[in-house]
Amino acid sequence: MNTDTKGPGSGAGLFRVYPGGTASRGSRTFGIVLAIATAVFLAFALLWSPPDSGANASENQMGEMVRIMYIHVPVANACYLAFFVTALGSVMYLWKKTDGWDLLAAASAEVGVVFTVLTLATGSIWGHIAWGTWWEWDARLTSTLLMLVVYLGYLALRRAILDPVVRAQRAAIVGLIAFANVPIVHYSVTWWRGLHQQATISRFDPTIDGLKLFSLLFGMLVGVGFYVWLMMHRFRLEYAEAKLESKGLDVALAERRAEAMADTAVDTTGGTLIGPKGTN
Amino acid sequence: MTEPLVTPSRSGTMLRDAALVLGKDLRLELRSRVIINQVLPFAVLVLVLFAFALDPDRRILTQATPGLFWLAVLFSTLLALQRSFGVEAADGVTDALRLSGLDPAGIFLGKAAGIAVHLLALEVVLGLGVTLFYGATPHGPVLLVATCVAATAGLAAVGTLYGVLSAGMRVRDTLLPLLMLPVVAPVLIAATQAFAAAYDKTSGEGWRWFGLLAVFGLLYLAIGIFAFEPLLEES
Repeated sequence: MNTDTKGPGSGAGLFRVYPGGTASRGSRTFGIVLAIATAVFLAFALLWSPPDSGANASENQMGEMVRIMYIHVPVANACYLAFFVTALGSVMYLWKKTDGWDLLAAASAEVGVVFTVLTLATGSIWGHIAWGTWWEWDARLTSTLLMLVVYLGYLALRRAILDPVVRAQRAAIVGLIAFANVPIVHYSVTWWRGLHQQATISRFDPTIDGLKLFSLLFGMLVGVGFYVWLMMHRFRLEYAEAKLESKGLDVALAERRAEAMADTAVDTTGGTLIGPKGTN
Repeated sequence: MTEPLVTPSRSGTMLRDAALVLGKDLRLELRSRVIINQVLPFAVLVLVLFAFALDPDRRILTQATPGLFWLAVLFSTLLALQRSFGVEAADGVTDALRLSGLDPAGIFLGKAAGIAVHLLALEVVLGLGVTLFYGATPHGPVLLVATCVAATAGLAAVGTLYGVLSAGMRVRDTLLPLLMLPVVAPVLIAATQAFAAAYDKTSGEGWRWFGLLAVFGLLYLAIGIFAFEPLLEES
């Protein structure tokens, strides 16, 4: 009965809580397709696409190093997508005040943080090979790091507030500010570095074509696929958690009420003042 | 029948309410002297600690003066904010403010103005401090003052926004720096660069950074004016 999922766009499929976990037939099928696509993509990225050398090389002559670009760019792309969805969820929550948007923003921020860490890690590895240092105070690296900290703050705020309504309200405002802040930070950091040194060689935009371009675009598609797949699970988990939270309160109230009833039942002869004696 | 003859405009009440909240905060400070007696000495102490960390080599200290100045301001801002919102959290003042019928945007502007006044006083003392301790001779007074005003507006706006966000939480003291510092990173960069330009007598560069500070300050003041109402409602 719980096998029908209408895909990521449909509220009915997403809002269903599955007893066996966060997977449904739809997400499983999608996962299998994604796994196959990933295998094919890795073959393109690591084997079939040519190294960046020889006659068709870009101006940077990155050789085999170019292959990390096929991971780095899609992952960075997915993290921007994730934070955009967080901002969207925040705006929609402030407008509609429905829990689903808040849960969407929360799930997306969490997935986005994972992708941002991967972006920084792959960028850093690339930097180590290209520049010989793990970290360079490059405008993009620096602003990405700041963005990561901003969203860690967003997640920390969510954990710190217990009341779901207050949490959703405050998180939505922080989610919006965090997104508005991305261009300001990027602009100021670029300007800051620009005063001291001209554009570094960190640019990941060599002129590429043919199989290299195809691998990159295919990688972007797989990256977005991973984002969607993770979001399906994270969102359902978030939703189940929210349901459990409210259900847990009901259960605790019912238990407490039953206890009180039992107390009064035992205590009929004593005539103490405790308990709502004689109430229905 | 009891309606006033002249209905004050929205912006009129907003500014009047802001002045009321600002007056309350300044009176509180005049009576308790927490900023003067605790945060101000802390800021000067930070300047001394920087000298310990960097060796009392006048050349390095003079060179790093703009950055150290603004770092000291940033750290003091955190303390001033914790003070400003600690006062509100105690005795349910937030509820009282909400019940008072004051315009939320006015409360925001009033709190931000209170913090800004404290910060400007701090900056005067810190400015004297770096001149005395680090031997940095100030140039371009217009740029210096303009930078201070614009940067303080940005810090106060962001600080007030995040201050009320984290007000009343048990983890307030640890959460506030994490939320606020990455957001005000552009202020640190721009104010430091503007000061560096002023000290190097290349004010032309500095005015560009002042422009960034002004945009930042206005943007966050606008966000605060619109976002404060839902924030107060739910807290």
